[in-house]
Amino acid sequence: MSPTGPNPNWFERWVLDFIPSTANALKDLLGHGPDWLAYILFALIGGFIVVNLPALLTPLFIWIERKVLARVQHRVGPNRVGPFGLLQGVADAVKLMTKEDLVPDSADKLVFNLAPLMAAIPVFLVFPVIPYSARATLADLNLGLLYIISITSVTEVAIFAAGWSSNNKYALFGAMRAVAMLISYEIPLALSLMGVVLIAGTMQLSVIVDTQRYMPMILLQPIGFIVFVTAVSAELNRTPFDLLEAESELTTGYHVEYSGMKWGVFMLAEYAAAFAYSLLIATLFFSGWKGPLLPGFVWLAIKVFFIWCVFIWIRGTFPRLRVDQVMAFSWKFLVPLSLMNVLVTAVEVNIQANQGWEFFPMWFAPINLVIAVVLIVIMSKLFKFEGQTRQVLPSRMGTIIPVTQAAERAASKAK
Amino acid sequence: MLHSPALITSGDIGLAVAFWVLAGIAIASALSVILVRSMFRAAIFLVLTFFGIAGLYVTLEADFIAVVQVLIYAGAISILLIFAVLFTKDVNRGSTFNKTALLSFLIASLVFVSMVITALTTNWTISAEAAPATTIGALAGALFNRYVLPFEIVGLLLLAAIIGALVLVREK
Repeated sequence: MSPTGPNPNWFERWVLDFIPSTANALKDLLGHGPDWLAYILFALIGGFIVVNLPALLTPLFIWIERKVLARVQHRVGPNRVGPFGLLQGVADAVKLMTKEDLVPDSADKLVFNLAPLMAAIPVFLVFPVIPYSARATLADLNLGLLYIISITSVTEVAIFAAGWSSNNKYALFGAMRAVAMLISYEIPLALSLMGVVLIAGTMQLSVIVDTQRYMPMILLQPIGFIVFVTAVSAELNRTPFDLLEAESELTTGYHVEYSGMKWGVFMLAEYAAAFAYSLLIATLFFSGWKGPLLPGFVWLAIKVFFIWCVFIWIRGTFPRLRVDQVMAFSWKFLVPLSLMNVLVTAVEVNIQANQGWEFFPMWFAPINLVIAVVLIVIMSKLFKFEGQTRQVLPSRMGTIIPVTQAAERAASKAK
Repeated sequence: MLHSPALITSGDIGLAVAFWVLAGIAIASALSVILVRSMFRAAIFLVLTFFGIAGLYVTLEADFIAVVQVLIYAGAISILLIFAVLFTKDVNRGSTFNKTALLSFLIASLVFVSMVITALTTNWTISAEAAPATTIGALAGALFNRYVLPFEIVGLLLLAAIIGALVLVREK
């Protein structure tokens, strides 16, 4: 929390200084001996804030989604509890906590009970490293971005643990799908951020925000942005990629056996992850907390709100993809696209270094936009999805055949 | 690394406490991996072991290795292991076909004893230099300048392995 901002506003002066000044006061009080006590107290205070603030904001996030999604679908949405239905999240939480907590008889009880926690902990570990304002980062790691990528990859283990310990075939199917998909989408997720890291020259999130003081990264990294947003919606299990929940096929997948607050913790983790990723997108591509006039955290909140609205818009618009389509889209479209983005960005960064320019030149933005459009058009021409070529066994599944084959047969019959 | 610059003075006691707590977690969960009956639980405990070791790397100020430990081991290898567990018969009852428990125990304890003896008898040279504030820059410099050829060879090897795996499982 070094003073980098020119004029700390009231929020930074009073609220954010509270933590370090408290910790320093504690340290002074205790003298030079038990330094670690002040350190532990600081960690506890910071940890308390960083876990509880997102947990309290998540119901608001869910409320926004329900309201906006309702508008997309010509409904009204929650409007009974509190003004504009704002307290719906609180009511839902109370309902979940008072519900009966069922554990299946054949479940692996220890893993079953631990899985929601395992899903929630990595998500909440993302929040400390995000810069909320000029000096508001709990832990400004120099490996911030890599830390976020690595810590969020642990949720797959939790999803698998939930699906397996439930001892339910739908839960296990959901978990298998989830893990296969999440592993596939982690590669474009990480690769698409390499362009940002190359331009900023660091993985420290506060420095990445600082390099965007002249122009947001989305203008320099259009491909990176598109690939990252796509991969994030897959990581968040949101609608074009929500085949691991797929109510109509799997009856919500890996958490089908969960009820009450354990299910609530899964939902909390999912929406807290949505919140974390929206914060990350705002930080990496929309110059984070930077903006004129208003204090940093207000700008960040505005940006997060708009990014979240885009996610809801996507959810309200796109149909669900099939499992093989999702995999093919990641491996055949997103991964090559993000690799090419790394190549283009590396060449540009090299030009910048050779010319000795201090900043990444702005005229790369239109060039990158043209490259992005051309690459995406070429890639989508090349991306031919052949569909399911194997015929489903007729003895088991009746006479269901894939649509593409049905079309081929119809065409050959017409001849 | 993992603490705020404002209070970087976590003393030796804090470091010692962190070390013993993390070492305790790592060893206890490593023991659970081999003692627990259910293989799935063993895999979960293995993830916990990886986290403990990542924490130990943090106390050694090896931040990059710590993060990569979480990414590769806790995130990726554990998933691989869990898939392997799922393909094993009777996972809940542990290893049902392994009849060589005594022999395995003897060999494992031999390896353990030899490692302990090596660790105790080696004359470790301790560098007097302070740990670098960031390790990633120096690592990248070494990897992409001095050791670029080994790096490329390893990359090629991994690519060949991936393609080989795909060819092996491809349906004709």
